[in-house]
Amino acid sequence: MGHIFSYIVEPGLLSSGPVRTALLVGTVVAVTSGVVGVFTVIRGQSFAGHSLADVATTGGAGAFLVGLNQFWGFLLAGVAGAAIMELIGVQRRRGRDVATGVVLGAALGAAALFLYLGTQTSSTTGASFTILFGSMFVISPDTVPALIASGVVALVVIAVLSRVLLLTSLSPELAAARGVPVRAVGIAYLAALAVAVSLSAVVIGAVLSTALLIGPAATALRVTKRPTRAMAAATLIGTVATWLGILLAYDSYYWPPHGHGWSVSFFVVALVVLGYLLSYVRRPRRDRRSQVAAQAREEEPACSPA
Amino acid sequence: MFSGLMLNTWIAATIVAAIAGVMGFFAVLRGQSFAAHAIPNGAFAGAAGAGLLGFNVIWGLAVFAIGGALGIGALGRRARQDVVTALVLVLMLGLGALFLSFSTEYAEVTYSLLFGEVFGVASNVLLPIAALGAVSVAVIAVIYRPLLLASALPDVADAQGVSTRRMELCFLIVMALATSMTVPVVGALLMFALMIGPAAAARSFTKRPAHAIALAIGIALATVWIGIAVSYHTNWPLGFFVGVIAAGFFLLGQGWTAVRRFGSARRAAPALG
Repeated sequence: MGHIFSYIVEPGLLSSGPVRTALLVGTVVAVTSGVVGVFTVIRGQSFAGHSLADVATTGGAGAFLVGLNQFWGFLLAGVAGAAIMELIGVQRRRGRDVATGVVLGAALGAAALFLYLGTQTSSTTGASFTILFGSMFVISPDTVPALIASGVVALVVIAVLSRVLLLTSLSPELAAARGVPVRAVGIAYLAALAVAVSLSAVVIGAVLSTALLIGPAATALRVTKRPTRAMAAATLIGTVATWLGILLAYDSYYWPPHGHGWSVSFFVVALVVLGYLLSYVRRPRRDRRSQVAAQAREEEPACSPA
Repeated sequence: MFSGLMLNTWIAATIVAAIAGVMGFFAVLRGQSFAAHAIPNGAFAGAAGAGLLGFNVIWGLAVFAIGGALGIGALGRRARQDVVTALVLVLMLGLGALFLSFSTEYAEVTYSLLFGEVFGVASNVLLPIAALGAVSVAVIAVIYRPLLLASALPDVADAQGVSTRRMELCFLIVMALATSMTVPVVGALLMFALMIGPAAAARSFTKRPAHAIALAIGIALATVWIGIAVSYHTNWPLGFFVGVIAAGFFLLGQGWTAVRRFGSARRAAPALG
């Protein structure tokens, strides 16, 4: 038994510094993304979530250009992008995907410029790859406290707002009628989303952070209807996918082609998508919208002042 | 500015802009901006895979673009489309990350596939782009009426026996075909900016579909032509100018809508009072 275990988990896995950092940061990211992701899926803002990640890329490229740590670039651009999207109206159902798309297009253009200028001024060519696809094993230990702190801030924001957020997500009109500042709640939520996305951008790369944001949450919402349980399940799924991804990537140094590890990000994404597809096997066909509506009806008495 | 290789650039960019205008109009009308982003972006991973296996890049792009379109179309029946689009996109990009990590020259390849290589268009690429573009536009022209009906009024379309599902799948596949050809030229990210910005702007100037398509093509052409000219002189990447100019046209359209609404409100006010 012990022999099989040591065959699956390479000896030395847990004593390696970069791997321990990766496991720690990966867990923080999975938890933050799982919790924020549930609201993203309920609110139908997957596109906004993905766009924020791409907007963060612009920040990452800009940070690289001026020699800052990438994470601050991701974070700054993500929050700024969230503010602009809110200004031009991602909250409105009608036309919001176009507004998101236009912001995304402009941000990507800026990313192209920054990456181009970056390659002009320095000889490092791998920067665009690292920014876009991340590299979990090269997170510098100095940034770990900052990463954890931002994750905690995002989680606290979501925890404080969870009740109003759920109400505004399911029925903005009802929330407005009850005096909830729908817009302010939306902005706070988008800011938390930007933080979550920036975190996972560091870990599995900007273009893939959508996987950890949407995948576990969508899977969890297929398995359970209750938001709190869905958040717990999403966190769990995300963490397991991240850990297994790290494990497989570590093992893959012994797979063909020899002497070349497979990308961690690939494993994490593949596991997340696999989990989502498995949820179809467990429960065939049930309309998500009717689930959410049923959820709204269930929540109703709890929220009502009476 | 108009000699030799640059002439190819102008021709290729013009074809791409025309395709982007037509596709973008329907993408905006149908609210499928996310799919318009996901398909070209995911197709880029196919190019990376083809490069690794030694195939022509076009095949990789085509396989991944069409695979992505089918995946979004098939899974989208059973769940919310934005979730499915996101997951199909990240799966393709994850594969792309894997392929790129195996290849040795990833940085340059990544950059040119994402952001385009418009200033080095070879003459032998022009014909396939033109042919595939013509096929895509022709298919759209053939299914124009049912597609328009299914996009604008899905309920009416269902009642009239037009299958909205089939129309959606048709549209996604045509978009996949069109983008697989244009990605090596303008890049995955630019193709998206060129589809959404101009089409969204055009829709705020006119409500008639045919006029809006024509205007979208016009704005896309203007965007890309101005972009090339400025990019040629400054040496900055074309992607930057296309993204910014497209966003500028969108804001212009928004401004026009606001002005018109303000004007009609003022005209209506005396009548009421």
